[in-house]
Amino acid sequence: MRNKGQVRLMQGNEACAEGAIAAGVRFFAGYPITPSNEIANIMSQRLPQVGGKFIQMEDEIGSLGAAIGASLTGVKAMDATSGPGFSLKTENLGLAVMIETPLVLVNVQRVGPSIGMATSPAQGDVMQARYGSHGDYAIIALAPSSVQEMFDLTIKAVDLSERFRVPVILLADQVVGHMREKVVLPSYEEVKTAYRPEPTVPPEEYVPYRGDERGIPPMAKFGTPYHWYANSSAHREDSFQATSDYAVSEKLIHRLTDKIEQNKKEIVEMRGECLDDAEIVVLAYGCTARSARGAVIKARKEGIKAGFLRPIVLWPVADEEISGVADTARAIVVPEMNLGQYAHPVREAVCGRAKVFSLPKVGGLPLSSHEILEKIREVQRDG
Amino acid sequence: MAEHATLSDHVNRYFYTHQFPTMWCPGCGNGTAAMAMCRALENLGLDIDKVIHVAGIGCAAVAHWYTTFTALQTAHGRALASATGIKFADPELTVLVTMGDGDCAAIGGNHFIHACRRNIDLTAIIYNNFNYGMTGGQVGPTTPLAAITSTAPYGNPEPPFDMCKLAEAAGATYVARGAVYYVQELISLIERGIKHKGFAVIDVLTPCVTVFGRRNKLGSPGEMFKAQKKTTVSVEKAKKMSPEVLEGKLLRGVLVEREAPEFTEEYDRIIAKAQGKG
Repeated sequence: MRNKGQVRLMQGNEACAEGAIAAGVRFFAGYPITPSNEIANIMSQRLPQVGGKFIQMEDEIGSLGAAIGASLTGVKAMDATSGPGFSLKTENLGLAVMIETPLVLVNVQRVGPSIGMATSPAQGDVMQARYGSHGDYAIIALAPSSVQEMFDLTIKAVDLSERFRVPVILLADQVVGHMREKVVLPSYEEVKTAYRPEPTVPPEEYVPYRGDERGIPPMAKFGTPYHWYANSSAHREDSFQATSDYAVSEKLIHRLTDKIEQNKKEIVEMRGECLDDAEIVVLAYGCTARSARGAVIKARKEGIKAGFLRPIVLWPVADEEISGVADTARAIVVPEMNLGQYAHPVREAVCGRAKVFSLPKVGGLPLSSHEILEKIREVQRDG
Repeated sequence: MAEHATLSDHVNRYFYTHQFPTMWCPGCGNGTAAMAMCRALENLGLDIDKVIHVAGIGCAAVAHWYTTFTALQTAHGRALASATGIKFADPELTVLVTMGDGDCAAIGGNHFIHACRRNIDLTAIIYNNFNYGMTGGQVGPTTPLAAITSTAPYGNPEPPFDMCKLAEAAGATYVARGAVYYVQELISLIERGIKHKGFAVIDVLTPCVTVFGRRNKLGSPGEMFKAQKKTTVSVEKAKKMSPEVLEGKLLRGVLVEREAPEFTEEYDRIIAKAQGKG
């Protein structure tokens, strides 16, 4: 029934779960936490219907650990959580990065710090998503702005995680997770996602951590003649320990980071409106992008040359595309439901070519288009 | 087949000899425990392509550095969580988990009790040396009361877990205790654990000579191995002994072996039900 293309009214978390099914996710491990619960609830019902598997683990750490284990056997795997759970998962997120395990981790952001406010939205985990686990590494994070994107970007997250052998974070928020909107669902048979690169050499020639020209190594399924060692310690290309071998460790860290950062052209995605002559650009993502777009349309009606830029991929940063708007714009306003986290990479990207104004808001109330419009007017007047 | 294989055949089949010498201290029992696991696999004649070795972090959780199986080294304490994902996703695999007592019972304690309760078909082999060897001999949840460790210099003020009782109470369907001095028995206990359908726990008593033995004046490696004759007693012999004589001794052998629904098989029924076939 759900396999035919159709239009439906769906909740964001439901769209995320359906996107996962459409993308070929066949393993989900979770732990209850608001406001992401519906994803696990739906996956527990849907996965066995399609021959997949669902498990509720004993804690947040365990659920990401189980998803990692499943992915190693060749299954597309996923986990979903929110702020406090995301903090716990940063340990295993580092493991997934280190052993280059494809998986999708959804974080339906809520107000922090600590337990914060379970049922109210925030965008406070933007920096944590990128830098939360210890050490240097890179991940991919996507920010959906609508229920449709909860479906579409879950599919994109699966695809990117498999292509780059990296955990991909769907950095949603309570607004897009819980609201209901129209969704156009494709026929699931038509949804295509990548599958991780596999070894093409005989088992005895397999070098588990030797990257291809882009730095991505082929991944053998567990349980095949390709014996390999998914090693959380610093390791050589042959997967054995690199104890005290600093050059090997240095090369590994660079490869893990470069395979994302150096290939960002294949990853980043932006939406822009009214940018051709824009003098003031509002850059927003996630739920805040909805009111930001409204503010730009209103500003245009007032004769202000405002433009709208929405990064769909937050990490890696689309720095060239962001910098590009500074060709016409003298100011970039960054409204976000945190104390100015994404304003930092935006400032770095434009490198002084335009003034960057942070418009922060915390505590659980979304930014309204009126608040953003006020900021545009202020920048028009004073900036 | 096993009786005709030479020692070097065995070693080369199951161990990466280019990784030798092992990092274990002279006199450590961990090598014996790792060898016993491979002997058990050899006796069972399992396809080693289908054997997955999962480990956490610590002196026990380096056994997979040397074994030839496909392996996963997780974060400290998380071996059972990822092993659960591996086994659940592909129940055809034989998943062996080696953990130290700290890895399993302290930081990994929650995963341990729930793996027991869930009765998923994994074999958990705990290298129990009563302290954190790799980090220099800190006190742990299996350290005996009053024992001296690097973080209990005045004696351990806490009572220890009995890992087998913990496993039994949490629902494990196969629980055994072995000791590295009794190596043939240990091989058969692991073998029986791998064959068992459900969560199998083998608590392996293994001397930590360098940090635990030294601080507690337990003598040479030979003396620490031999001491297991006094500190342990087999389940069969214990039946004929009085409680007074058994006081302070740990039981060796199969302590629990019972049938109960296994998790991955239960889930197969869920799939059938969800697809309207159940």
